[in-house]
Amino acid sequence: MQWETVIGLEVHVQLATRSKIFSGSSTAFGAEPNTQANAVDLGLPGVLPVLNEQAVAMALKFGLGIHAEIPEVSVFDRKNYFYADLPKGYQTSQMYHPIVGAGEVEICLEDGENKIIRVHHAHLEEDAGKSLHEDFHGMTGIDLNRAGTPLLEIVSEPDMRSAKEAAAYLKAIHSIVTYLGISDGNMAEGSMRCDVNVSVRPKGQQEFGTRAEIKNVNSFRFVERAIAYEVERQIELIEDGGKVVQETRLYDPEADETRSMRTKEEANDYRYFPCPDLLPVVLDCAYVDHLRESLPELPAEKRARFQSELGLSAYDAGVLSASREMAEYFEQVKDICGDAKQAANWVQGELSGALNRDGLDISDSPVSAEQLGGLVKRVIDSTINGKAAKQVFQALWNGEGDSADAIIEAKGLKQVTDTGAIEAMVDQVISDSPAQVAQYRDAEPDKRGKMIGYFVGQVMKASRGTANPQQVNALLKEKLDALC
Amino acid sequence: MHDRTLTEISQALDAGEISSRELTQDLLGRIDRLDGTLNSFVSVTADQALEAAEAADQARARGEAGRLTGVPLALKDIFCTQGVKTSCGSKMLDNFVAPYDATVVEKLKAAGTVSLGKTNMDEFAMGSSNESSFYGPVKNPWDLDAVPGGSSGGSAAAVAAGLVPAALGTDTGGSIRQPAAFCGITGLKPTYGRVSRYGMIAYASSLDQGGPMARSAEDCAHLLNVIAGHDVRDSTSVARGVPDYTEELSAPLSGLKIGLPKEYFGDGLDAGVNQAIGEAIKVYESLGASVREVSLPHTAYAIPAYYVIAPAEASSNLSRYDGVRFGHRCDNPEDLIDLYKRSRAEGFGEEVKRRILIGTHTLSEGFFDAYYKKAQQVRRLIRQDFLDAFEEVDVLMGPAAPTPAFDLGAQKDPVSMYLQDIYTIAVNLAGIPGISVPAGFAGKRPVGLQILGTHFAETRLLNVAHQFQQATDWHLKRPEMTEENS
Repeated sequence: MQWETVIGLEVHVQLATRSKIFSGSSTAFGAEPNTQANAVDLGLPGVLPVLNEQAVAMALKFGLGIHAEIPEVSVFDRKNYFYADLPKGYQTSQMYHPIVGAGEVEICLEDGENKIIRVHHAHLEEDAGKSLHEDFHGMTGIDLNRAGTPLLEIVSEPDMRSAKEAAAYLKAIHSIVTYLGISDGNMAEGSMRCDVNVSVRPKGQQEFGTRAEIKNVNSFRFVERAIAYEVERQIELIEDGGKVVQETRLYDPEADETRSMRTKEEANDYRYFPCPDLLPVVLDCAYVDHLRESLPELPAEKRARFQSELGLSAYDAGVLSASREMAEYFEQVKDICGDAKQAANWVQGELSGALNRDGLDISDSPVSAEQLGGLVKRVIDSTINGKAAKQVFQALWNGEGDSADAIIEAKGLKQVTDTGAIEAMVDQVISDSPAQVAQYRDAEPDKRGKMIGYFVGQVMKASRGTANPQQVNALLKEKLDALC
Repeated sequence: MHDRTLTEISQALDAGEISSRELTQDLLGRIDRLDGTLNSFVSVTADQALEAAEAADQARARGEAGRLTGVPLALKDIFCTQGVKTSCGSKMLDNFVAPYDATVVEKLKAAGTVSLGKTNMDEFAMGSSNESSFYGPVKNPWDLDAVPGGSSGGSAAAVAAGLVPAALGTDTGGSIRQPAAFCGITGLKPTYGRVSRYGMIAYASSLDQGGPMARSAEDCAHLLNVIAGHDVRDSTSVARGVPDYTEELSAPLSGLKIGLPKEYFGDGLDAGVNQAIGEAIKVYESLGASVREVSLPHTAYAIPAYYVIAPAEASSNLSRYDGVRFGHRCDNPEDLIDLYKRSRAEGFGEEVKRRILIGTHTLSEGFFDAYYKKAQQVRRLIRQDFLDAFEEVDVLMGPAAPTPAFDLGAQKDPVSMYLQDIYTIAVNLAGIPGISVPAGFAGKRPVGLQILGTHFAETRLLNVAHQFQQATDWHLKRPEMTEENS
């Protein structure tokens, strides 16, 4: 039987507000346990929440960025359950009237095709604290620093059909939130976490199969692997005559498997009701318009523009627009050198190679966009040849000069295009290589093309790489053929 | 001095008749001698009080005294007070020393008042008789066999007995007005949102409101001047200017249109109460007011709606008492669930548990629409009843409670206790202000006249109440709380 996978994602994005969603405590990561938890975060008797406007603005930016409906009124609800790191015994969330309505995220597939994944809604909520099960001699420690950190939960429709699509969607969300500057997107620190709903159905069947929810999948790679495992588990189960039960499962990256946490019967009844301590959020049109105007160009738009205006391939456009830093770097190089394709080649080729090799992010690149732009410009105007350009790049990378021009000057890498000078070097190499000239002369004419490489190499060496290779080639051919 | 009003005490302090320190010492002595019987205080903070009184006297000497500088009062033990036990009448918080001051406590301190301590109350403000307190029932100073009402029973009894001239209470379904009526004092529940709830331990957040309890409407006006106002820490407090509530106290009542809701004078109303209220209405007529009957047709649904909404909110609000961070924790918990179960089973009293159960049930999947949603719809209708009535009349009047104070232990089943709040509960559901003023006696127990106004009509209510107190002396009557018979 042919099976189809159906996937929906709930992505929790930690918003980059300075203070918590309902209190003035700092949200900075990594502080000593419980040093960033005030009376409100501790849920002391008598305290009340006050909504952080920055969190609202960030959620709205996301909504506007995915062209979502923005309801005029949204409401906070309480999700009631007991847990040791949930100080109030409820999480303040949005169940019935979320801040962001239905929207769309475009993902880019490996074959270069784009696909629209619908977003059902996105809502604001507060994070819980952390339970620390180690180092307490069988007891559990509670750290409430994270309690009250603002989260935007982005709930997709079940529109994804493969683990790769799910990973592409997660990457697209990552790229949107980081472009918007509403999250640092740091998955290692938990700034983006994801619950995955997976089901399978026979290909062609309309109804969805029974789904399992995989909790807390915290990297792009784990999303793919968790789904792959879960899909296989479900198909095997059904093909063996079993039934998938609706349940919550946990992905264990070390064992690379999902395990049952609780079934639907064991699920909590969260007893949602509107939080009486918070007023409904009523949005002013002017406020939303102002936010809309402040939005930067987002990845999907950039990608489209890179293809249509700059003539880049779908692949190049996708890579170069994936992060805001990458796109800004590329555009700066392009503006300085004046050639998008050359700029794209250099950013994706030499630069990305060096960054990967040294494990650096583009924002930490030792070669600035200005420097690389200046270098590519000199390649385009033939001041240096490709070989010299690589030397210049390496020198810039090593910090040997402030600009490509300074390095070209200092190292004397300027391309020699003076025919007289090149001719002198060509003559010298021919007279220094009687054996090779003899071989050339004796060779079949169709083999001679290959043999010319030796002479080119010698001339380039003599010019310390600065001779224009096309000119060298042409002159050598002319002179050697004259000897035959 | 102990039987004077707050306004008179303020004048005596200004005139130098007595210092705040002397007054504070007097009253602390009186609490010491009388409160063993009444049980109106959970904590008496004598040292802090004397220190504050000293500071107030010094401020006065420097010419920096405000209206309430040096005036002693008490706080219902639901208001968080920094460094002082704040128990909310519960074993659960018997060990809880608040690390911060409630906004109203801050404001009262800034105004120079001197808190003598924290008053007894029904556990988590759930009750109408003060019998659900972990610290035992409070007695009614007018009759030690009677309850003082609840939940602000300690505050009401302390004021009535002359232990303090004024106290702060809270009112979720009548918890200021009904004990004020039972104890023969004046108690104002302000409009929802008028007084900050920050630091006031939540029972039912959409209904809770703090307010003054004192000997006269004028006293209440002075206190409201201090505690009212927008608070950035309470999103439900209303950003609206605070007038001087004493300014209109003396305005004449000629032309005042009074509505008597017919639903407030029906079956179950005690004859003595009915008569006292009738006499009070006559006083108003003599002051130039006109009286007409009005209808609040959804009154009968107020108690059912309240007992869905309030427990629902309470079930969630009280989830934080889990034995993890503060409050009662059971001994040697086996695991987290055991910790929750035993800490809460041991820490909460019967009525609190009952309301948590009710609220948990009504919010449950499958019941939410039938209970909570329906109750919210009823709530809107009840609010509309009042708004319609205030199109026709300026204020509504009726009894604050169907009977005078009942005997301790008399209300055996919860529902008959809930019915005590039949005239007060709708007011909280509608969010409007209400005041109870002494209006005579039924037997030897006081009767309270309840006056209701539309949202933010506190100035009007205080004016109407004050004019009554200019024309009558019910509010000046004091129980025979002699120190000899205690």
